[in-house]
Amino acid sequence: MGLAKRIIPCLDVDQGRVVKGVQFEDIRDAGDPVEVSRRYNQAGADEITFLDITASHENRATTYETVSRMASEVFIPLTVGGGVRNTDNIRDLLLAGADKVSINTAAVFQPEFVKKAADKFGSQCIVVAIDAKQVEPGMWEIFTHGGRKPTGLDAVEWATRMVSYGAGEILLTSMDRDGTCDGFDLGLTRSVADSVTVPVIASGGVGNLDHLVDGVLEGHAEAVLAASIFHFAKYTIGEAKVAMANAGIEVRL
Amino acid sequence: MPQTVAVIDYGSGNLHSVAKAIEHAGSCRVLVTSDMNEIRSADRVVLPGVGAMGDCMHGLQDRGLDSVVLDFIQEKPLMGVCVGMQILTEFGEESSGVDALGVFPGQITQFSKSMKCPEGRPLKVPHMGWNELLQRPHPMWAGIGDRTRFYFVHSYRYADIKATCVAGTSHFGAPFVAALSRPNVFAVQFHPEKSHDAGIRLYRNFLTWDGTC
Repeated sequence: MGLAKRIIPCLDVDQGRVVKGVQFEDIRDAGDPVEVSRRYNQAGADEITFLDITASHENRATTYETVSRMASEVFIPLTVGGGVRNTDNIRDLLLAGADKVSINTAAVFQPEFVKKAADKFGSQCIVVAIDAKQVEPGMWEIFTHGGRKPTGLDAVEWATRMVSYGAGEILLTSMDRDGTCDGFDLGLTRSVADSVTVPVIASGGVGNLDHLVDGVLEGHAEAVLAASIFHFAKYTIGEAKVAMANAGIEVRL
Repeated sequence: MPQTVAVIDYGSGNLHSVAKAIEHAGSCRVLVTSDMNEIRSADRVVLPGVGAMGDCMHGLQDRGLDSVVLDFIQEKPLMGVCVGMQILTEFGEESSGVDALGVFPGQITQFSKSMKCPEGRPLKVPHMGWNELLQRPHPMWAGIGDRTRFYFVHSYRYADIKATCVAGTSHFGAPFVAALSRPNVFAVQFHPEKSHDAGIRLYRNFLTWDGTC
């Protein structure tokens, strides 16, 4: 007995609607976030991640309102990310009902912000999201702005530094795999997971249930995140749990 | 007139989900409050807590609510949640050490860095996610199966599973305490408000609990 590995459906939300693109482009509509999260909650999702992909200033109010509606009826943990730039953003999201807040671009440009956020709100609610691309075998670089801007930062070093600054969890996305359905970048996942002392969520590329299993067994992830396979009903959360349990992974059934 | 449940607001983060989950659990009026009189006159109290144990303890003391809590449990039921459980013990080793309320004997210590997960790799701390809970007989577990999973997020824990006040244990590297109880007090390390149906059921049980163990 012990801690279960988590399955986390991810809602990419644009102007109040769940969307899902392929490699951050070619967006398809996948529904109302509150409705979608209610469905995942009933289906046994272990957590929900909500990424506000536009996160423009005008949309913030919509985001807080959506998060608040989700938190009022979905009694599992909710992580919210997208456009988190300062401690006021974090406070507002936590007050709206988020349990954890994911920081991505702002961490790259102001690493001290992660330290400040963890000191103020506690490491348990600070997730650092890392978007990485392979640049040579066994080397991955951090990209920002939806994968468009290289930073020169090495993914493994960056993850270690973010944990030393107080990140309580790492949400690790392979930009090469995102939306491809080819499976996680297991080399990336394992390199980061074996280098940090906090849980790593594997993200980007899930196309079938074996990929989820591989993320845990090969990638050493504590949690696996997927979007398309669940949104478009290719598989249910329940089927994913059974596949993981059959592979000997401890899950919450 | 439905009963009133006061969720103590002492500056410890988000109380929205705690309040919503209790409202969802049964018929009651939930007040999120730091007002001494509102807390004293409530039928039941929930003491939540996230973040650092020292911040929570100071938040409570600065508002003069530590003695309100200690008085309240002489007569009426209180439920502690997460750091709200930890500050009911005697001491926490977090930061440079935190003297706590001492409702329960014992102290809160860090998960040891030398502990291993079942796969043999170092434990990932915080202990974050759904873990099984082994119950010890208690009316608060009514309708909740033994070994039901609850959602935990914490880096420090109550390690003494042999203490007589233990109402449930879980395992992460080694066994640790997931729930403590004594007359009028039930306290849990996990987050019932994030534990789906089992968590809602626990809050529902709290709404009818007579305070006996």
